[in-house]
Order: sequence, then structure tokens, then C-alpha cells
Amino acid sequence: MSPRAAWRLESLGFGEVYDYVAGKLDWMAAGLRTEGTNAAHPRAGEVSRRDVPTAGLDERLGDVRERVRAAGWDAVVVINKEHVVFGLLRSKELDKDPELRMEQAMRPGPSTFRPYVSVKEMAETMTKHMLESSPITTSDGRLVGLLLQSDAVRVAGEEK
Amino acid sequence: MPTEIDRNQLKELVERGAQLVEVLPADEYEEDHLPGAINLPLRRLETDAVATLDRTRPVIVYCWDAA
Repeated sequence: MSPRAAWRLESLGFGEVYDYVAGKLDWMAAGLRTEGTNAAHPRAGEVSRRDVPTAGLDERLGDVRERVRAAGWDAVVVINKEHVVFGLLRSKELDKDPELRMEQAMRPGPSTFRPYVSVKEMAETMTKHMLESSPITTSDGRLVGLLLQSDAVRVAGEEK
Repeated sequence: MPTEIDRNQLKELVERGAQLVEVLPADEYEEDHLPGAINLPLRRLETDAVATLDRTRPVIVYCWDAA
């Protein structure tokens, strides 16, 4: 739809016309702010914990576990230098053999969700599928934060 | 010929004073739109664009996605 609009504006005499082809979906998937009636309702990106610990594929589990638990966390997201999510370790995986590398210990390819999904929907999904936490990523797989089920349920409850 | 841009280019253009136009129907615009965007649904473009937009400034249009 936007290409037709851009061409039509040019034909109407507008000299400098641009088409943001990836559109609103791309904007929202990046976790960026919008305006409108839906903006008042909390979304996954806003409620997710941005300070979630991260680790690289080659790090030793024992070292990561010590760092993660000292920071008060029971989960860590495995990412690359571009912040693309490769895996997730929750409490069960963190308790594995400390000599394992992260890529051996992690739960690979975890389900991820986009930042614009409503917290209410996330609370329902996470409860139904018994997900204690879920990575929130942009559409190109970059980490935004980790959404805890307890946070999603609490915030969704406050909305009622 | 309109120029296709990405998210970062959009931000730069808006900072330089570009006008941002969502061409989706009004109900979709009302639910969510990019900050500062105005709504000119495609069907109203011909009648409203000339009256609403400044021809001397860049115009960025967008809809939901590339599909």
C-alpha cells in the first residue's frame, strides 16, 4: 500500500518522497514507542527485564553461573556479539556440569516473542505453556529483554 | 522515484523535519501509529494530501509492512 501512496504523492507534485517499506510492524517489532489507543496497554517489551544477564557460546558454565547468581538471577540468555539470541538457560540448565560450555548447556532456539505483544496475551501464553521466562527479541532476533512469567501475570492483573 | 528507507533513515529524516504519513485506514491508525505521524488513508490521499502536507518538506509514507 505504501509504494502506491509514495508514487501518487510524487505525481501530485511532492518532490522528496520516501517509503518506509518495512512499516509499522518493523517499528513495533524493534520495541519502539507508538502513539494511539493501544499505547496505554503494557506490552512485552516494556515489562521485560532489560538487565537480564547474557553470556557467549564459549563461556564456561561454572563461571557464568557464579556471575548470574551473584547478580540475583536464575536465568541467562546466550547471545552473539550482535545480540542475536542463540539459547537460554533457566535454573535447571544452570545447575548442569560447571565444566560445560554455554553452547553445550543451553536450551537452544528458545521460543521468542516480539516486544509489541500485549502483556495480557503473554501472561496467558506463559501460564498455559508453563514458561517461567521468555526472551523478547526484535524481528531480526536481537535481544530486547527477558520477560518473567511472574511480571507478566502481575502487570496483566493490575490492568483489570 | 520514491526512495525506500529503513528505520534508522526514517529517524534521521524526521529529525530533519520530514512529514510522517500513515496510509492505513483510520481505525488502524488510531490503535497504533508512529510518534508524530498523521493519517492519510490511501483513498483520501488525492483529496487530502495537497491540503494537508507541505510540498517543501520531505514526506515519508508507511503502512503495516512490505507485503
